[in-house]
Amino acid sequence: MEQKPRWLNILDTLTAILFVVSVFLVFFYAPMERTMGAVQKVFYFHVATAWVGMLGFLVAAVVGVFYLIKGERKYDIMGLAAIEISLIFFFIAIIMGSIWARPIWNTWWTWDPRLTTATIVELIYAAYMMLRQGIDDPDRRARFGAVYAVLGFVSVPLTFISIRMLRTIHPVVVGNSDPGAEGSFSMTGPMKTAFFFSLFTFSVLFVDLFWHRVRMGKLAAKVEELRLKITA
Amino acid sequence: MNNFRNFLRALTAVVRKDLTAEWRSRELFTAMLVFALLVILIFNFALELDARARTSVTSGVLWVTFAFAGTLGLNRSMATEKDRGCLDGLLLAPVDRSAIYFGKAIGNLVFMFVVELVVLPVYSVLYNINLFRPELLLIILLGSIGYVAVGTLLSTMAVQARTRDILLPILLFPLVVPVLIAAVRASGGILQDFAWEEIQAWVNLLVVYDVIFIAIAFMFFDYVVEE
Amino acid sequence: MKFSQLLTLRFPQNMITVKKLIKRFGPKTVLRGLDFEVAAGEFVALLGPNGAGKTTFLRILSSLSRPAMGEVRVAGYQLPNQAAAVRRRLGVVSHQPLLYGDLTAEENLRFYGRMYAVAHMDERISEVLEMVGLYPRRSDLVRTFSRGMQQRLAIGRAVLHDPEVMLFDEPHTGLDQDACIMLDGVLREVAAKGRTVVMTSHDLARTADLASRFDVLSKGKIVDSAGRDRVAPNDLLAFYRGALKN
Repeated sequence: MEQKPRWLNILDTLTAILFVVSVFLVFFYAPMERTMGAVQKVFYFHVATAWVGMLGFLVAAVVGVFYLIKGERKYDIMGLAAIEISLIFFFIAIIMGSIWARPIWNTWWTWDPRLTTATIVELIYAAYMMLRQGIDDPDRRARFGAVYAVLGFVSVPLTFISIRMLRTIHPVVVGNSDPGAEGSFSMTGPMKTAFFFSLFTFSVLFVDLFWHRVRMGKLAAKVEELRLKITA
Repeated sequence: MNNFRNFLRALTAVVRKDLTAEWRSRELFTAMLVFALLVILIFNFALELDARARTSVTSGVLWVTFAFAGTLGLNRSMATEKDRGCLDGLLLAPVDRSAIYFGKAIGNLVFMFVVELVVLPVYSVLYNINLFRPELLLIILLGSIGYVAVGTLLSTMAVQARTRDILLPILLFPLVVPVLIAAVRASGGILQDFAWEEIQAWVNLLVVYDVIFIAIAFMFFDYVVEE
Repeated sequence: MKFSQLLTLRFPQNMITVKKLIKRFGPKTVLRGLDFEVAAGEFVALLGPNGAGKTTFLRILSSLSRPAMGEVRVAGYQLPNQAAAVRRRLGVVSHQPLLYGDLTAEENLRFYGRMYAVAHMDERISEVLEMVGLYPRRSDLVRTFSRGMQQRLAIGRAVLHDPEVMLFDEPHTGLDQDACIMLDGVLREVAAKGRTVVMTSHDLARTADLASRFDVLSKGKIVDSAGRDRVAPNDLLAFYRGALKN
């Protein structure tokens, strides 16, 4: 049995510490936003989880291309790991967005471009999971998964553009902002610190979870191999 | 040059084969058409398509109809390749795999376009709207190309899965959202007599989608059929 | 002319050379270092129990599946890198007919003829239909054909482009006695023209009259091989059992 790598233990600890610091920064360091109040705090985690979601989908598309070129099993395990993690994080991002939207936009749900795109993205990767479940041959499953991960990722910007051309009320917080968007605000220095620290924390969390999941995938493959050896 | 001739020869062979077989049985065409008409009928009751509602929802009804009928056609067209092992037969031939992809895609596009060309006059007569406008036909062609480009690739994957009958729409619909939105908006604009400048952006989006996904399907088709 | 082609001209003995072939499906290893050679004009029967890897092996030889490791050469060309050249020289009959039910016999052949760029198409199609005994039914839909007729047409499809190497994967599956006898006639005719043939089967009696060599595939390897001169038709079963026991 393969020992848990020492660096993974260190990363686990580091992630936990970063998380505690990040929570502290968000709740005690960053000032209360004047008009929105406490609910604005959700924004620090909402953006960070959404970021981790997109990061994972990007990773899946990239390792998908690697898998198709090299055909090595580890890329398939990595692709699945990234998408599994991102599906959950993206879902959390949508839920947190709803929690924030209820008092600010006065509704749980609105057909705003980002929300709608996020939902479609969730559906794309839910379809990815269904595709994998429908195929028994592991090589074919890996190939089709890789192709679909790339197709899905490429379609996301087009989906976003097309929905944005329909309408938008989502606030654009970083980058150029449409001042008319309801619930937009400008970040003060401590807010920025808390925000970017939270982004960093969640990125580390992603790497940590990804490492765990890939390791689990490899162990599962090994178990499968050993079981075949016994039954053969 | 010689390679390109071989490519075209194989491509036309696949298209002719599909059209001949379909001309013989008309199974696919009939199924798609009857299904399309049923969808319109259901919309008629569900949305109460009176004169006022019609102008605003017609393009939506049309595209939902095309999309549903389209999956039916895509699934069937690939299932015939899988049934008697014909997909292996195609792959055994010394031709470029992309010739097979484009052959199948063009065949699918023809089926879809023919169904659309029958649905349009029927809808025009039923609801007293003139749908035969060259701009609208252009939008329908552009939208169908994008839909079929992705659909042909995905149906090739779907037929090789255990859950093949239910898989295609689940894989396809979230990816063709941009096509459907753009096509619905552009068609709606044309029917409401908007100026061309107002729908130009949607047409551009359709063209961009078509180009990107034809290129991707072209690059990835090998991986979907080869073991 | 390519160098590899020159090689086959000078050393025409080996039409198929397979060295240390390994094929895995995920964690499962199906072919475990398989070695296999077939000289030009040989008719090799590949025998073995279900799950031994016969179909997988034939799919690799027919370029439909990629080897994980090892060397595979067919008609002097390497797989999978020179797949197109191999495909041009290869005719495959599987246990599925690979035909379109909504096309007539003639249309099916015409379609495959176009895919293979067959010259003098009309004459060649008539010739092939004549050979497999389906000329009178050339304008009937394949859907209306019996299983035996479909299988004969499948052989017609496979020889249409006059391949040097032919692969048959369980061609007798699902055929009754009469259909088998007719099929054997066609198989013999196909093999008689100096073609190299590899056929998998678990029907020992059928292969006994057809093949010139018998190879036994078990657990992903060739475990024994014997020429027709060494194994009399009546001893084939004993030979097969013995090979599996080792």
